[in-house]
Amino acid sequence: MWGFVLRSDFVAKAAALAPWAAAAAVCFTPAFADVPARVVSINLCTDQLAMLLADPGQLVSVTHLAQDPLMSSMVDEAKDYGVNRGQAEQVFLLDPDLVLAGTYTQAATVDLLRGLGIDVLQMPPVTSLAEAADQIRQVGAALGHPARAEAMAQTFETDVTAVQQTGHKASAAFYYANGYTTGQGTLADEVLELTGFSNVGADAGVTGGGILPLERLVLADPQVVVTASPYPGASRSEEILTHPALAALRGQIGAQTDADWVCGTPHLVRAIHRMAAVRATLQDGP
Amino acid sequence: MNRVVQRRAMPVTLTLGLLVAALFLASLLVGPAGLGLGESVTALLTGQAEGEGVVLIMREIRLPRAILGVLVGAVLGLSGAAMQGYLRNPLAEPGLIGVSATAALGAVLALQTGLAAVFVLALPLAALAGAALSVLLILGLAGPRGGALALILAGVAISALAGAGTSLALNLSRNPFAVTEIVYWMMGSLADRSMPHVWLGAPFMLAGMAVLLTLGRGLDALTLGEDAAQAMGVRLGRLRWGLILGTALAVGASVSVAGAVGFVGLVVPHVVRPWVGSVPSRLLPASALGGAAMVLAADVAVRLVAPDQDLKLGVLTALVGAPFFLHLIWQMRQVEA
Repeated sequence: MWGFVLRSDFVAKAAALAPWAAAAAVCFTPAFADVPARVVSINLCTDQLAMLLADPGQLVSVTHLAQDPLMSSMVDEAKDYGVNRGQAEQVFLLDPDLVLAGTYTQAATVDLLRGLGIDVLQMPPVTSLAEAADQIRQVGAALGHPARAEAMAQTFETDVTAVQQTGHKASAAFYYANGYTTGQGTLADEVLELTGFSNVGADAGVTGGGILPLERLVLADPQVVVTASPYPGASRSEEILTHPALAALRGQIGAQTDADWVCGTPHLVRAIHRMAAVRATLQDGP
Repeated sequence: MNRVVQRRAMPVTLTLGLLVAALFLASLLVGPAGLGLGESVTALLTGQAEGEGVVLIMREIRLPRAILGVLVGAVLGLSGAAMQGYLRNPLAEPGLIGVSATAALGAVLALQTGLAAVFVLALPLAALAGAALSVLLILGLAGPRGGALALILAGVAISALAGAGTSLALNLSRNPFAVTEIVYWMMGSLADRSMPHVWLGAPFMLAGMAVLLTLGRGLDALTLGEDAAQAMGVRLGRLRWGLILGTALAVGASVSVAGAVGFVGLVVPHVVRPWVGSVPSRLLPASALGGAAMVLAADVAVRLVAPDQDLKLGVLTALVGAPFFLHLIWQMRQVEA
């Protein structure tokens, strides 16, 4: 965790101190023949992995989402890069050697870029902690820095293992706008499991993301309700989070998910530590 | 004939009342939590249950939903009957002529400008203003007799305009969820409503219904024509303002807490008319009860059809209402031909 923060700090400063630091960094990097010189990321999660792993000057552009504090853990770092909105035309004009993308919504853009002869690495959304470590390694290898990525992945794995809680599980539920919850087979579910919670959503049979009716949440009566910070402006969808029945549960809204939960980056460790801290405040009980 | 209908009116009202009571109970007993009958009723009435959750579910989740079902339905049925009586046009209905849509626009504007967060009553008041504006427009455009064509065309135009305004306001919202709520404002839903919504909407809805129910005698006289009504001492201006005020209060408040549920005001008066006769003073209360029954039934049905999803009320009322509407148009064509 700490090693990682220092590293990102270093990368940011190095980027600011241009040519000298860039030259220094290049000296430390083994010169692979296939190190892409210009990398563009068009996915929020690969944005963050690339910012953590790339050499100064190697990463040319990240998405506008990387600067959104509700979704990105690296808002300040992202300000040092050009911003793209993930459209093929814009990306092509940046003349990249490698494009980092997600698998989820950008199929048309990716096809177009590949058609134009650009290498595209697609990363699926992470659904477990093991996959998160894998992606650090994959993105690192693609950027030509496998050793750097291996070190980061190992630190991540060690940090995660160190938190592992055994013994009695306290019940917790994720509860978001429209009664949406995350159940089995999700990264968030594994974070709960790791930090000593059982996931009410998973117990209710929700796999992936799905709706948990408020009535069933009330019956399950979780010890902790984890929700997201509300968006600005008003919506009926979010009114469920201020419903009197939810307020009357014993488990008051005990934690809020934030940008650290969105992607499988080392920032996830901060989210894990926060959940572990919430767990530590609970008495063991049914 | 008239005496026969009069004698029939009381049992019909009683039957409708019992139907509403039964559906109200059904609305309280149906839900994803799958509680037992005895358990639910005990928890609701005494506040005692094995799990604390059961009391919460009955009193904070299902009770407000059922109460709003009764009120919203009654409002829509009653205002439909009153409008049909005043305009002497079988196609008049708050949903079809754009009153619900403009009320929704008012509510959305109050929410998205942040006014509703600063001042709680801004939500129903803005919806009420929207509803009032469209009733005024409709009465102005369709004229005192409310010709069918002018009425429906004016309604289509007002609905389209208000719907576009609602969509625009929600699309421009900073809240990413808001844009997904266009369907809610156009179709209506009672899912996850709470007691604060009841306190917010009920006073306006009850006041609006009280105003509309006083119009019965005036509307009775109006069935004989405007001159005859005036000769009988009915003040038409007052009747008109009563209709505008009552509809705005009732429909505005109902839309602000439940969205725009269509077709209830159209179908219900037509269904109860053969039983109570077309005399407005008897049709109004019966339509209120019929509307309550229809919305409660629809709200029970959405929970049975798709228990884990928020199927919109307007989907079911339109499934019943739209074919009925077509049937009415067919009948009118034959009469006109």
